[in-house]
Amino acid sequence: MSSATFSATTAGPHLPLYTTRARSHDQNPMFDPLKKSASFLGSSTKLSFNSTTTTKLTRANSVARSPIVAVSEVKEKKSKPISNLLITKEEGLDLYEDMILGRAFEDMCAQMYYRGKMFGFVHLYNGQEAVSTGFIRLLKKEDSVVSTYRDHVHSLSKGVPARAVMSELFGKTTGCCRGQGGSMHMFSKEHNVLGGFAFIGEGIPVATGAAFSSKYRREVLGKADCDHVTCAFFGDGTANNGQFFECLNMAALWKLPIVFVVENNLWAIGMSHLRATSDPEIWKKGPAFGMPGVHVDGMDVLKVREVAKEAIDRARRGEGPTLVECETYRFRGHSLADPDELRDPAEKAHYAARDPISALKKYMFENNLASEAELKAIEKKIDEVVEDAVEFADESPHPDRSQLLENVFADPRGFGIGPDGRYRCEDPKFTQGTAHV
Amino acid sequence: MLGTIRQKAVAARSLSSQVLENDLMRLRSVASVMRHYSAGTKEMTVRDALNSALDEEMAADPSVFVMGEEVGEYQGAYKITKGLLDKYGPERVVDTPITEAGFAGIGVGSAYHGLRPVVEFMTFNFSMQAIDHIINSAAKSNYMSAGQINVPIVFRGPNGPAAGVGAQHSQCYGAWYGSVPGLKVLVPYSSEDARGLLKAAIRDPDPVVFLENELLYGESFPVSAEALNSSFCLPIGKAKIEREGKDITITAFSKMVGYALKAAEILEKDGISAEVINLRSIRPLDRATINASVRKTNRLVTVEEGFPQHGIGAEICASVVEDSFGYLDAPVERIAGADVPTPYAANLERMAFPQIEDIVRAARRVCYRKSSIAASA
Repeated sequence: MSSATFSATTAGPHLPLYTTRARSHDQNPMFDPLKKSASFLGSSTKLSFNSTTTTKLTRANSVARSPIVAVSEVKEKKSKPISNLLITKEEGLDLYEDMILGRAFEDMCAQMYYRGKMFGFVHLYNGQEAVSTGFIRLLKKEDSVVSTYRDHVHSLSKGVPARAVMSELFGKTTGCCRGQGGSMHMFSKEHNVLGGFAFIGEGIPVATGAAFSSKYRREVLGKADCDHVTCAFFGDGTANNGQFFECLNMAALWKLPIVFVVENNLWAIGMSHLRATSDPEIWKKGPAFGMPGVHVDGMDVLKVREVAKEAIDRARRGEGPTLVECETYRFRGHSLADPDELRDPAEKAHYAARDPISALKKYMFENNLASEAELKAIEKKIDEVVEDAVEFADESPHPDRSQLLENVFADPRGFGIGPDGRYRCEDPKFTQGTAHV
Repeated sequence: MLGTIRQKAVAARSLSSQVLENDLMRLRSVASVMRHYSAGTKEMTVRDALNSALDEEMAADPSVFVMGEEVGEYQGAYKITKGLLDKYGPERVVDTPITEAGFAGIGVGSAYHGLRPVVEFMTFNFSMQAIDHIINSAAKSNYMSAGQINVPIVFRGPNGPAAGVGAQHSQCYGAWYGSVPGLKVLVPYSSEDARGLLKAAIRDPDPVVFLENELLYGESFPVSAEALNSSFCLPIGKAKIEREGKDITITAFSKMVGYALKAAEILEKDGISAEVINLRSIRPLDRATINASVRKTNRLVTVEEGFPQHGIGAEICASVVEDSFGYLDAPVERIAGADVPTPYAANLERMAFPQIEDIVRAARRVCYRKSSIAASA
């Protein structure tokens, strides 16, 4: 398997600063790895590389296209690729199925929302599937994923059954959180999905803590083979939040096994990333804290996968965190309540043409990894899975009234644990005291 | 066992000599009361009680670790974690950068995976920078995940006013945290409270906010042999009746328990027998004990240092009116801090927080007695 030498190529025409249409679509597409001019997102200065990266530039690897556009220091792996291809057939089919599941599921969510089956805040992931699939399909079951409110597809990629997610969205008791969490709060202990947070930036310290626990288990609790990695997913808007920087600092300081994945879709509700950020190149913030920062085309699942492999392996080896900025785009509005009027239709069309699912399909056909019939079979299977999930959710019961007061505490009556290690309330001599509702 | 305060010079552990001086001035301004106790009883400062509780819990369970600013090499901003770094090493006593939101969240994230962090805030005023994590990712998680992910974390630190530390360092957070479902909020007073409640908090599977008091750290209390045992822990959600009485119930927590006890002694001379309840736990609130006491005495005064509106006293009064209205012989009274940000000037600060005389006056009002000449102390 070809390894990700983080060779740096740059592309893109020169654009003025502070434009809201930085990714100009009437000119040549940005970040085309074959273009040679070195400017980035409207910056008027050329990107300059330090000597380590320029040497990597000349040693272009033998794969058809280099995975990344801009990078800072990352160790290079020496292994040579066996074949020219980035994936095997099984891997390709797995990636395809996962992305189709994400897309079909989110489309079904939109339908169900407009039919009133789903309610509240629902944030859909259409267009960003390459990031979730590219990273999460490389993780083990014990690795953790932490996300924001746009978390349906992260949960699905991690292995939470579609039925459980759909039921949760319908608010039924068979949901992954018994209907108590909702769209923005997907938790699964079994699959190590640690949320689902409505406050952007809140998930980053939690993810850092999960990574901390992995290191603590190895060093203090003596589980020498504990190499669990955590992936924290968040957006461009979050990259301006204080907690993000606090955690970049501590993760690099303590060399925690975490990958910070920025899903830069250029928009935070209606606030363009360029209007909100003094230096819009988020990957650069990694080296400022002592970790590698990598920028990758987030509409291409194979490129994302190559970068993810290296970042996750780094973390597993104990070399510390990586910041990965994925340039991606959401095809729908911020949420189902967002009229999405501020975004330029031409910009949307430009990214629709780079749909990650179509791109993977094309790659698989061109390299004879799959036939039309096989992919169609996957699509049909996923349709059935999603339909089944809706049916299951529809037929599932609403939570009982008694469920309202359950699970506030892990400790059943809130009286704490006695000296013998059992809950106080289980001790028949302990008098009951608190008010009942 | 009644908690007593001995007038003794506090060892030079306070942050500044000014604090020490104010502390001693306050103690001297009150008539000191010496109680006799059996010669074999050991005395322990609250600081040592907390330190020993942390030490024992860390020794018993390797997944317990301490995290916060200055907890390691500095031995703790208030020396609560003294000696722990040498004993347990830097992986378990983690000095953090100044990043409350960051390290509180890291604590929560590690608790999701079953570790048992004790996160120290240098004062709970700084917890406001991390309050998102205390409430949204700690308190609510067991509920949002429907019981899949519990958060066995303790947030501890000094709460409420100290002496002359100004408005931004003097707020009491009992009412704010006490209103959040999913949190347990504990407020120890004596050394026995400190030991027992901190041990209970660390062993607890749920997030606990542990509100200490800086001025109590140096105070000594007698501790029983049972309390010195390493498996000792107190129940959560149960208040303690520090002093029995029959004419009026005074509820208090943290430092105000000491003031209430002193006020009770003054009231005794006037023939008013006051029952002093040490709440120990703001959430869950021990409504049963409070109501049982009010049904016995028929009068209630609540005491707290926090702001009056939406405070702990408001909740206790509402609870008593709801459950024991027919038993009340007088309207309930709540004494709280003044409704102002804490001033710096010493005389203004004294006026901004309840003093013993305020408790005595309120108790007299509730008993429909005039102030007697021998009132003030």
